Order: sequence, then structure tokens, then C-alpha cells
Amino acid sequence: MASSDPAPGGGIGTASDEIRIAVRVNGETRDLTIDPRVTLLDALRERLGLTGTKKGCDRGQCGACTVHVDGRPTLSCLTLAGAVRGEVTTVEGITPSDGLDPVQQAFIDCDGFQCGFCTSGQVMSAVALVRRGEARTDDEIREFMSGNICRCAAYPNIVAAIRQAQEGGV
Amino acid sequence: MRAFSLTAVPSVEDAVQRSRPGSAYLAGATTLVDLMKLEVLHPNDVVDINALPLRGITVSADGVRIGALERMSDVAAHPHIAAQYPVIAQALLRSASQQIRTMASIGGNLLQRTRCGYYRDVTTPCNKREPGSGCPALAGGNRMHAVLGTSKSCVATHASDLAVALIALDVSLRLYSDAGTRTVRLADFYLLPGETPDLEHDLRPGELITEVLVPPLDWASRSVYLKIRDRESYEFALCSAAVALDVRDGVIADARIALGGVGTVPWRMRAVEAALRGARAGEAAFVAAAEQAADGMKLLSDNGFKATLATRTIVRALLSLEV
Repeated sequence: MASSDPAPGGGIGTASDEIRIAVRVNGETRDLTIDPRVTLLDALRERLGLTGTKKGCDRGQCGACTVHVDGRPTLSCLTLAGAVRGEVTTVEGITPSDGLDPVQQAFIDCDGFQCGFCTSGQVMSAVALVRRGEARTDDEIREFMSGNICRCAAYPNIVAAIRQAQEGGV
Repeated sequence: MRAFSLTAVPSVEDAVQRSRPGSAYLAGATTLVDLMKLEVLHPNDVVDINALPLRGITVSADGVRIGALERMSDVAAHPHIAAQYPVIAQALLRSASQQIRTMASIGGNLLQRTRCGYYRDVTTPCNKREPGSGCPALAGGNRMHAVLGTSKSCVATHASDLAVALIALDVSLRLYSDAGTRTVRLADFYLLPGETPDLEHDLRPGELITEVLVPPLDWASRSVYLKIRDRESYEFALCSAAVALDVRDGVIADARIALGGVGTVPWRMRAVEAALRGARAGEAAFVAAAEQAADGMKLLSDNGFKATLATRTIVRALLSLEV
């Protein structure tokens, strides 16, 4: 096993050697020793116990694994944990200790889900959308959210939830 | 995914030094990690280049220089690009999903791999992935495939929207290797498949794209990217048109036309451009010129519609410029 100093954004190693990394997640620095193949998604779920982020397709197509890196929506399934720079925020990280983020509340108010599997990814994209203050029409919202698939097809209610959160401000 | 080493490098010199046969550069990861999971790509060494100083968008009298590690969404949002080169901003915003646009780099976008299902499926033959193994698309599912620049070895479509806009604008790439720097026109950078579809571009071993150089073209402020696809968002093009038009007193002084979704490389439509020059701007001239686009197309069993679709896409793009 390679044992260099933990290096954010990539360690040193040869094929199949584990690497030591330090990742900032929800305001804390977490040190991990991982195989370079470990994605940010698997590191969050399997190593850090942050199971709010979901594994859907694991191919960058469904958006269930969306997290923020430095506030930017990022597919954690296509991100190598050893290549992460910056602050990772998961759905646990945007949820206040008491209550819910206004986007989360809006998803409940508007019935923006059925099974809920895609919801944390939907919420992470929606929070980024609302904070950016860009998408204003329903079509623009749908375009911004097209990387988050909902197999229950709660799409009309997801758009309604985002509209409610926009009007309430975040 | 097969095992690999992961190393972050601080400079282009380190990156190039670190590169060797069987290694791959990691930028936005959206193509590389996807294809590594599918085992289409299996580098032994992954060199993370995200810390390299290849960022920034610089505007000058010589045009615009875009750092190769700039992200798609940031380039699309740049005020000068949005105003002076709307075709670039629109091509970017009609690509992929917002998460992928946020992650993917400009250099990586230009090197993204084809979406041909046979290329992406390691259980099937593919001359691009495994030279000499055959091309099932020739007699198989080929609705999405190319009709221009094809060969008996490969009919895979080039997937980048951005590249179509950049081919229309005649951009160049700045490249760095241990042999030094060089500048290559994007139109010369992409290689037709011929008998060697595994060779996709003129990038030498270890060479890095450092910058995209967009030449000045003042009339590119009147440009558009029209993308026709099976659904309105998050889908690759069946056909797309990057179009810029220079109209003076109702007459077309110059035009740039390139098509995506129909070629093995992004396809500049010089015959259409020539037919437009000197004509009075309007639907009649647009339709007459666009007919040139179907010349030389080799239609496959499932994609014959692309001939008509290509001409109509050009016409609609031209009409949308409100001349």
C-alpha cells in the first residue's frame, strides 16, 4: 500500500495500490484510504455512511447521485473520490438541524415524488437552480432538471415545487 | 473497472512527463470514468490534470482564447461568448445535462467518444475499440449513425455539439508536448475513420490540449445552433446545424455552416456556404443552398431520413436568424 501524505485531489500510487485522501464533506475533513477506483458516490455511501445520496444508474445518466462540489451540481458516480477538490455537500449537508431546506419542504408540499429514490438528487439540482436564480419559466426549469430522471414521473409536481421554492426564496 | 494508479500533477510539464503508453489524462471525468466502468477504456495510470493552470477566457483583437480546463457551463455563461458567438453558447447549453456541463472540460468535450452502442458494448465487435474485429453497425442498428465521412470500417457519429460550432468558426487548438507547443486547426485535428477508426485525432502520445483559439468573426454575433433530437433535452443530435450569416443590404455576403449528428467528424458544409454567398437572404435562397448538403451522403438501412433532415435543419437554422 502506498503511504504518502494525504493529498486532496489525488494521492500517489501504482495500479491497485490504495491511496490516502482527505475529502471535505458537509463541513468536515474526512481522511480515507481507498482503492483509486472508488467513486465519490461509493465513498459517501459505503465509507462515510452518508446514504442520502443514491446510486441509480451508476453511469452518469440518471442524476440520483447528484451532490454539490463547491456549490456546483456534480455526478458523484462519475467522480473519482481521489480526484475531488473542494467542498462536497450532500443532501444531509443542505438539511438544517431543525426542519428542512425550503426546497425540501416544497417537494413535500407539492407532492414532488412518489417512491422517493430520485428525490435527494432532484433536491440537490433544484437547490442549485434556485440559488442561481436563473431558470424562470417552466421550460427553463425542465431543461435544468433534465439530468435528474424520475421513474415515477413526478415531473409536473417537481416543477411546481421548484416554482414554490423560487417564489419563497432560499 | 480495472485497477489503475491515480496521480495529480501540478503543471503541464509534469503531466506530459507522467504520460506513457496506457495512461490517460483525467479532466472532467464524464467520458473517461463512464468508459472505464464499461471497460471500453482501461488505462493503467490516470493522470489528474485538474490542477493545471489551463483556465481562463481571454478576449483580445485576436479573438478569444479558452483554457482547455474551462468547464462547459462556464464557457456558455461568459458574456462575450454569449453575445459575440451565440453558436458556441447554444451548442454548449444544448449538450448533455446541467450536471455534466458543470463537470466536463472544453478539451475533454472535443475528445469525447462516439455514442455508437457497439463501441460502448465490449461484448460486440467494433473496429474503433478493437481494430480488425468488424463493424456490426453496417448491417445492424444504425439509425443514429453517420452518413458523411464513413468507411467500410466505421460509421460512428462524432458526438460533440461544441465541435460543430467550433468547426463552423474555424477555430484552432493549442497543443503541448515534450516536443514543444503547436497549433492545429480543429478541421485538421479530427481524422476520418478510413481503415483506422481507432485513430480519431491528431493528438500525439502524451500531448495535451491547452487552449482553444477562436478567431475574430464580428458577424458571428448573428449565429445559431439548432439541434434536432428524439427528446428536447439531454439527448444527442440526430442532426444539428451551426450557422452564422453575414447579411448586408439583404444580400448574403458570407456564411458558415457545419452539421453535427451526420458525420464521422463534425462536417463543414462549404458547398452550402458557396451557394449562399451573393444570394438575397430569404427562404428561397436558403432552401436552394441547403439542398447541397445531401450531396455525397451514404445512407444506411435505418438512417435514410438524415438526408432530408439535414437540409431542413439548415433551412430552419437560417430562417431563425431573422434576416
